[in-house]
Amino acid sequence: MTPEERFDALIGEDLKIEPRDPMPDAYRATMIRQIAQHAHSEVIGMQPEGNWITRAPSLKRKAILIAKVQDEAGHGLYLYSAAETLGVSRAELVDLLHEGRQKYSSIFNYPTLTWADIGAIGWLVDGAAITNQVMLTRTSYGPYSRAMIRICKEESFHQRQGYEIMRVLSEGTDAQRAMAQDALDRWWWPSLMMFGPPDAESTHTVQSMAWKIKLETNDQLRQRFIDATVPQAEYLGLKVPDPDLAWNTETGHYDVGPIDWDEFWSVVKGDGPCNKERSAHKVGVWEEHAWVREAAAAHAAKARTAAASA
Amino acid sequence: MSYDVPRTDDEVDPTLAGTEGSPLWEVFIRADRGLNHVHVGSLHAPDAATALHHARDVYTRRKEGVSIWVVPSSAITATDPHDATDWFGSEHPYRHPTFYEIPEEVGHM
Repeated sequence: MTPEERFDALIGEDLKIEPRDPMPDAYRATMIRQIAQHAHSEVIGMQPEGNWITRAPSLKRKAILIAKVQDEAGHGLYLYSAAETLGVSRAELVDLLHEGRQKYSSIFNYPTLTWADIGAIGWLVDGAAITNQVMLTRTSYGPYSRAMIRICKEESFHQRQGYEIMRVLSEGTDAQRAMAQDALDRWWWPSLMMFGPPDAESTHTVQSMAWKIKLETNDQLRQRFIDATVPQAEYLGLKVPDPDLAWNTETGHYDVGPIDWDEFWSVVKGDGPCNKERSAHKVGVWEEHAWVREAAAAHAAKARTAAASA
Repeated sequence: MSYDVPRTDDEVDPTLAGTEGSPLWEVFIRADRGLNHVHVGSLHAPDAATALHHARDVYTRRKEGVSIWVVPSSAITATDPHDATDWFGSEHPYRHPTFYEIPEEVGHM
């Protein structure tokens, strides 16, 4: 059996591809790109939420938010670890992010203006991420699939704590209720955009599905998220900001109005509200704390020398 | 389409590379007393003691373990998936209990 036939046979039988298996260059490149961008998203995603740690409304909420942000750091590390099994180093990937040559999810280029945004991010942004990530637990590349299983277990807490924040606000004063509605108004459409362009315009979907990297299309996943989320908004007594939203008895799904894909592409290309701030902060912190990495390496080298001469 | 691992001459083996003085470690966790340590992933750390601390922070935030091993990734010798058939392919059905027929009258064995 040639390496090509072996790879195709494994994919055909729904078996996982593992790090040292032969794989097409394009499969390897696609996996590196996808896992790296996923890892970068987890890491950059700490910024909008970290913004509210010092101003969380109670010690309980602060402890929860710290734990959540720490999880995001962990998720980034699981994913870099998975990417490294493909023969690329984490340092290279981090450099690509810092140089702007690899992207992260555009959702993190929106600002967190109020405490309700922390609720909306958990409920909607993590909710959308989970919809995608549950599919990815079955992706064809073993290390990515395993990272997704671990991440999905932890993300469930993220979404539930976000929904709880929204519930408490929506049961609160008029001002709190307005704050929750405003957060939903601002995060609803960007959350729907997280699934990527419509299937007709998605350049990677066909090949990714042939390789079983993706098992469902952007539009299928987006619809699943909408169908699950609209009733959750209704429970809160909040209004989804879409005048065309309607239950379609024929399809058994919600119909939604048009998504502003010009906005999506504008944010992807760097013109979102916070693109520059997010990148500058990431690079700044990396450089500012270079001394920590250098000191740890120097300490380890010194300890090795001492052990060798002892 | 090439199926070779793309690696140039001047590129170091990423599993051996010290990225900025911080080599790769494989992490194994014992979930509870009585169970084996199981591989959970990898991480970068300058030395073994730091690797253990990082492993606790990255892989056991929810009491996933009672014991951690960290092993330099470069210390692991692995079988080659290309040779998997040679290594694991031979069938020995007579090593399994279901190979043998026991009359029903004899009962459970």
